[in-house]
Amino acid sequence: MSRSDDRQAKAAHIRHLLSTESETIHENTGHMNSERYRAIEGFDYDALRDEARAIKEDAIARLPELIEQVKASVEENGGTVYVADDAADANRYVEDVMADRDAETLVKSKSMTTEELDLNDHLGEAGYDVFETDLGEFVIQVAEEAPSHIVGPGLHKSSEEIADLFNAHFDPDEDLATAQDLTRFARDYLGERIREADVGMTGANFVVAESGTIALVTNEGNARKCAVTPDTHVAVAGVEKILPTVADLQPFSQIIAKAATGQDVPQYFSLLTPPVDSPTLDFDEPDVPITEQSGGGAEGDGDGDSGGSDARDFHLVLVDNGRFAMREDDELRETLYCIRCGACANSCSNFQHVGGHAFGGETYTGGIATGWEAGVHGLDSAGEFNDLCTGCTRCVDACPVNIDIPWINTVVRDRLNRDEAPSEFDFLVEGLTPDEEPGGLDPQKRLFGNVDTLAKLGSATAPVSNWIARTRPARLLVERVAGVDPRRDLPAFRRDTLRKWAADRDTATPTDAGREVVLYPDLYTNYVQVERGKAAVRVLEALGCAVRVPDIPASGRAPLSQGMVSTARERAEAVSEALTPHLDAGRDVVVVEPSDAALFRREYERLLSDEEFDRIAGNSYEILEYVYGLLENGADADALAAGEGQSVSYHSHCQQRTMDLAVYTEAVLSDREFDVRTSDQECCGMAGSFGYKSQYYELSVSVGAELADQFADAERVVASGTSCMEQLDDLLGPTRHPVELLDPAAE
Amino acid sequence: MATSLTRFEDALVDHDCDVTRTSVAEFDGALADAVREPAVGVALDDQDLSLPAAVETDPTPAQLQAAASGVTPVAFAVADHGTVAIPSTATAVEPVSLYPDRHVAVVREEQLVPDTDAAFDELGPTLARERDSVIMATGPSATGDMGALVQGVHGPSEVHVVVVESEVTQS
Ligand code: SF4
Repeated sequence: MSRSDDRQAKAAHIRHLLSTESETIHENTGHMNSERYRAIEGFDYDALRDEARAIKEDAIARLPELIEQVKASVEENGGTVYVADDAADANRYVEDVMADRDAETLVKSKSMTTEELDLNDHLGEAGYDVFETDLGEFVIQVAEEAPSHIVGPGLHKSSEEIADLFNAHFDPDEDLATAQDLTRFARDYLGERIREADVGMTGANFVVAESGTIALVTNEGNARKCAVTPDTHVAVAGVEKILPTVADLQPFSQIIAKAATGQDVPQYFSLLTPPVDSPTLDFDEPDVPITEQSGGGAEGDGDGDSGGSDARDFHLVLVDNGRFAMREDDELRETLYCIRCGACANSCSNFQHVGGHAFGGETYTGGIATGWEAGVHGLDSAGEFNDLCTGCTRCVDACPVNIDIPWINTVVRDRLNRDEAPSEFDFLVEGLTPDEEPGGLDPQKRLFGNVDTLAKLGSATAPVSNWIARTRPARLLVERVAGVDPRRDLPAFRRDTLRKWAADRDTATPTDAGREVVLYPDLYTNYVQVERGKAAVRVLEALGCAVRVPDIPASGRAPLSQGMVSTARERAEAVSEALTPHLDAGRDVVVVEPSDAALFRREYERLLSDEEFDRIAGNSYEILEYVYGLLENGADADALAAGEGQSVSYHSHCQQRTMDLAVYTEAVLSDREFDVRTSDQECCGMAGSFGYKSQYYELSVSVGAELADQFADAERVVASGTSCMEQLDDLLGPTRHPVELLDPAAE
Repeated sequence: MATSLTRFEDALVDHDCDVTRTSVAEFDGALADAVREPAVGVALDDQDLSLPAAVETDPTPAQLQAAASGVTPVAFAVADHGTVAIPSTATAVEPVSLYPDRHVAVVREEQLVPDTDAAFDELGPTLARERDSVIMATGPSATGDMGALVQGVHGPSEVHVVVVESEVTQS
């Protein structure tokens, strides 16, 4: 398929999901997302996640040794451990257990790892009956679909859809209609399967090395029933689930349900050290007291509790399937810390709108799925959906183990870029794009990754360049080659850039200026949103700063967002070099574009030496953060325009919120008597180039429309990011940056 | 500690459990009110407290499945979250707490620990040294998988905790 066909197919798939699964998945993930916020309010989430993170780092570092310890512990308890190299190996082992136990049926509680192994299919082909007993998994099994979410596999289905499915599939005496009906039906049906089953299978959220305990986090009682009812219990878990000690479970017991569903604790945090002492339940001998039952399987040792642990058979299958290679991979290793809570999916605007059937690979879904899929199924599976991560970073705040999920997405994107075969259109963009990337990079990525060059060129020849860019032939070409959606207005590059304006002004720098400030001429403020740059300069000057707008190159945000890491690194180094004399002179760096402010303080850590990073991060400020600081330090607020009670609706930029920088804008605007209302939407949906890409245009608009709805009755809308402004401009009409409201020269 | 007890009761209510506070003297009546028949149970192993004859303490699988209530002791309970710790024992505490629609848990006030930190002080030795198993259960089983929250999914739909106040705090 050509790239353009590929984009059309992707757009069609997304369009289909937007009109089918979107509503239900949005309602469910949106609900879990707001419940998470509620659950962690007033709770020291950060301290706990630091603790959880440290435990995971240590456990993965010591993994080989911990596996040996688990083996010893489980064997001491009377169970067996098998470390499976890959899916085939694991499936073979489970099949052997079934054969050894003379088993016919197996009941399962929820386990994503067995989804990864395609275990159900394997056992089905070998002639065994396998039943999923988690209600969500059961729905998916009956529907023969793939899970749409790591925690709630059937989150894309409404009660009505499940009722239709069950009524058609089971043809019950009376049609099922409500969630109550459906739950009762599934529970009774599966209850019988559990009572009859020969083998019970569970996953494991955690495996404790020192004791051989497995921890299961559930709200339903199915995992408990699967584990204790049949005499044989098989637990399947990735090797990364091992924790050293029982005490290490503690932070996870506190954090996992909060992150996943916003519950303080799950209904059941089951700590099983199999084989367990509970008697097995043989419903084929209904009238023999359970404490006297033979237990069917292994012989007792004559100590009297023949129905208890002696009659039980326990197998722990630890799965490698690519995880040891991930452990060796400096960039993917972090994925192994994931506790699969789904918070990264719930906090993702794109995920909320399309769900895991677009935002997911063979098995895993949501932001972290890129790491899992790349690690266990390979780059291609990750490549299917990796672009849906826009790098908005909202998941970074949500993740209970502090995984830099956007970085994993960036790195995998970079690897995918390097895997691409050369394109027929390379020659077209080659000359325009002075990047560090290999030939074969998708022209769409290359175009957006080099937007700085385009901006420079477009500005030099504006307004003609803008007219040409808007002509039909030009739009067709960019659409065909680079997949720029024709429904989007292209940004108009200004000939009178911010730098030119600043250079032409003859404002005398106040000699007694309290502070010397470098206003970073980010790409968008310099070439497109010039007015917000002018307002920023005037606001800073009004507060007593000497402001200069020097020539500092583009930040590298654009190439980074396309996964062009080498190019981004080269840009970061150039920025660092250009800023050095200013930093040496003790000047503060103020940034208007929040995605660049965030870049200086977050992603530069990945791109620069520690020393260079610390210097830039430590001395750069988002514009309203800086204004806030000036006012706190005694600058005269009355030098700024005042709101006189005017109401303002504010959408803070996603990356700005992750950096906890939105509060400053709110505080300053309130201080200047604006009545501020802030949106609670995670991201505007535009996300740099994302909303321009033809395959994602409709998704972008769907996310943006939700934000526009929140602001439907707004008198005045302000937004910090260029992308947010563009999206809101398209949906609501002209939008301004908050600093423009404070501009003393504003009319 | 009365404060722990009050916190426990509040947390139980927050997690959709019923709770009765009682004394050794009043226990039989309080339990009778909490239990629906047919009932199965596990003997309490407590000098002062025992289960009535109506509760079958050595049930068969058929009785387990038919029971409306399952009465069990607990290993300990956590005040902050309203959690009861259900041990896996040869006496079948785990299935008796799991199969019937209503779990009646008998908790001595002395068995309360204040919070998760303290719970892990109990769990450490239980799991690591004794190699036992414990279910930390908070409220009835539940699911949202069918499109709305429903309680009673492969586990009890009702949890009733009978807390026996310690004699010391009563006097
Ligand atoms: S990456 Fe973090 S937020 Fe996402 S599922 Fe894993 S633990 Fe949860």
